[in-house]
Amino acid sequence: MEKLMSWIDDRFPLTQVWEEHMAKYYAPKNFNFWYYFGSLAILMLVMQIITGIFMAMYYKPDAGLAFASVEYVMRDVPWGWLIRYMHAIGASMFFIVIYLHMFRAMIYGSYRGPRELIWLFGMVIFVALMAESFMGYLLPWGNMSYWGAQVIINLFGAIPYVGDILVEWLRGDYVISDATLNRFFAFHVIAVPLVLVILVFLHIVALHKVGSNNPDGIEIKKNKDENGIPLDGIPFHPYYTVKDIVGVIVFLMVFSAIIFFWPTLGGWFLESDNFIPANPVSTPPHIVPLWYFTPYYSILRAVTWAWLPGGAKLWGVIAMGSSLVVLFFLPWLDRSPVKSIRYRGWMFKTALALFTLAFLMLGWLGTQPVGGINTVLAQLGMLVYFAFFLLMPIYTRLDRTKPVPERLT
Amino acid sequence: MKNLFLLLTLVTMPAFASGDGVHLDDVNIDLSDTESLQKGAGLFVNYCLSCHSAAFVRYNRVAKDLQIPEKVVKDNMMFTTDRIGELMIATMLPKDAKKWFGTVPPDLSLIARSRGPEWLYTYLRSFYLDDSSPSGWNNILFDKVAMPHVLYKLQGARHAVFKKDENGIKVFERFEMVKPGSLNKEEFDAVTRDLTNFLVYVGEPAQMVRYKLGVYVLVFLAIFLVFAYLLKKEYWKDVH
Repeated sequence: MEKLMSWIDDRFPLTQVWEEHMAKYYAPKNFNFWYYFGSLAILMLVMQIITGIFMAMYYKPDAGLAFASVEYVMRDVPWGWLIRYMHAIGASMFFIVIYLHMFRAMIYGSYRGPRELIWLFGMVIFVALMAESFMGYLLPWGNMSYWGAQVIINLFGAIPYVGDILVEWLRGDYVISDATLNRFFAFHVIAVPLVLVILVFLHIVALHKVGSNNPDGIEIKKNKDENGIPLDGIPFHPYYTVKDIVGVIVFLMVFSAIIFFWPTLGGWFLESDNFIPANPVSTPPHIVPLWYFTPYYSILRAVTWAWLPGGAKLWGVIAMGSSLVVLFFLPWLDRSPVKSIRYRGWMFKTALALFTLAFLMLGWLGTQPVGGINTVLAQLGMLVYFAFFLLMPIYTRLDRTKPVPERLT
Repeated sequence: MKNLFLLLTLVTMPAFASGDGVHLDDVNIDLSDTESLQKGAGLFVNYCLSCHSAAFVRYNRVAKDLQIPEKVVKDNMMFTTDRIGELMIATMLPKDAKKWFGTVPPDLSLIARSRGPEWLYTYLRSFYLDDSSPSGWNNILFDKVAMPHVLYKLQGARHAVFKKDENGIKVFERFEMVKPGSLNKEEFDAVTRDLTNFLVYVGEPAQMVRYKLGVYVLVFLAIFLVFAYLLKKEYWKDVH
């Protein structure tokens, strides 16, 4: 065994990689609940790829066959229903994990220097994941697949001058059609997953260069022992591998409970209109994207001011785009001397609480009809959403922070 | 671009697919009630399959899941094919349906998943006589439905009595029996419940194993969790 290892090590840095990234990668010893979601995100990525490979074995990317091929998987392929549920519900679970992972970064300031690049890679992953799930949602060719894609692709038409040409180019046709389905399939099964895997690799390389943040927002590398090992650090393996297994099992219990006992989750994870085959002449009474898009969808619909130059629709699209773009700037908007919420003052805490409420409210409103009080609430939510970011340089500087300890608590 | 506006307007409209103000009746769906499922299957092939397909459902799968001997299925339930592995395809051709009813009846494989069991149960029991409709029938839940009351010999023929509410809008009040059918109300409710139960099964045959399997999976994970937690505790003893 030793001889084999040295044979490999002479040709490939196996031991070195193992030690740098696992056995001698020192992580802060005080990770809490919020720190499970990184490893869970990797679990979901792997699970989506594996279940996706099996889906691709039976799925037919053809407007005439797609819907029936999914039902074939659900009925005639042994264990097909399980694979399909794991994949379709897995998309929602992936987003739950990613949103909590991002929220963790926000409460403990994990996006702050020297981790700006980790945040940026993460944001690109988030956007790629949205593209991946959006295109995946067209593939079952249900009526909500069809009309959801119709609404979202038409958004690009709001772009002045090139809009109409762009929309046609994206669809590959004058309407959502077989051509659209085929290209979405190509993007969904290879182009975007490949990008995702590379980005996740870069995200982790960047993380392991600077080391993990922690709930105290203190750099553990400032306090090292005589061997250069952080005093508050513990090797990722075995400590966090065994801990993450516990997290994985609890997560799988929740995931399994949904898959086996309530796969549609009352329409939140699988929409009832998507059990009707795509029908270009019959619009569902309620076009609702899946829940993970609804906060942004709400922002899109909240812009109703027709007097805006170029029209309300164009500005709705701009607002929705900006709500994602602004997240990229988070590391430079935050001017607080401390990272973690534990040592921040009331201003940041209040701002984050309001932001969280606004985000959840926008998510809810995105599933509801617009008009009346709903539109007013969505506009209020949008205001809070943007104010959280745009006022951040001011309130994080004014905020009265608490002194940060030298060592982890 | 106009499309987008049209869509956004449509999105703003309330969901009235189920008909405003119409109450959906609860139905006791129980997929472990094999007898009910078998009766439902019998009703389905006799009353529904002439016009509606269940194009994702195979006869032999129904036979297996509902514990009906294949011979019985072959002799009594298959009218359009004699191959047991065939899909349940309607007798009526789509082009004839278009001619006779103006529309192709929807496939029923997934109807319980798109409409929900309560809707189906209520719909099947909400037909009434209506001279203004081409088929002579109408439905409280689905106004101007093209489908005639296929089960009228069982339920009987009824008139619907409407009243005007304070805003002058026509609302359904009650049914009045014109010509009783062969079943009384309780018997007819039981028949439609069996049919709904069968349609719920047909919507997702995996339900027959999904719940049972789920219990095993959760028990396994719970036991695994205990060991994983103990392992974690053992390793973390020396972290202070």
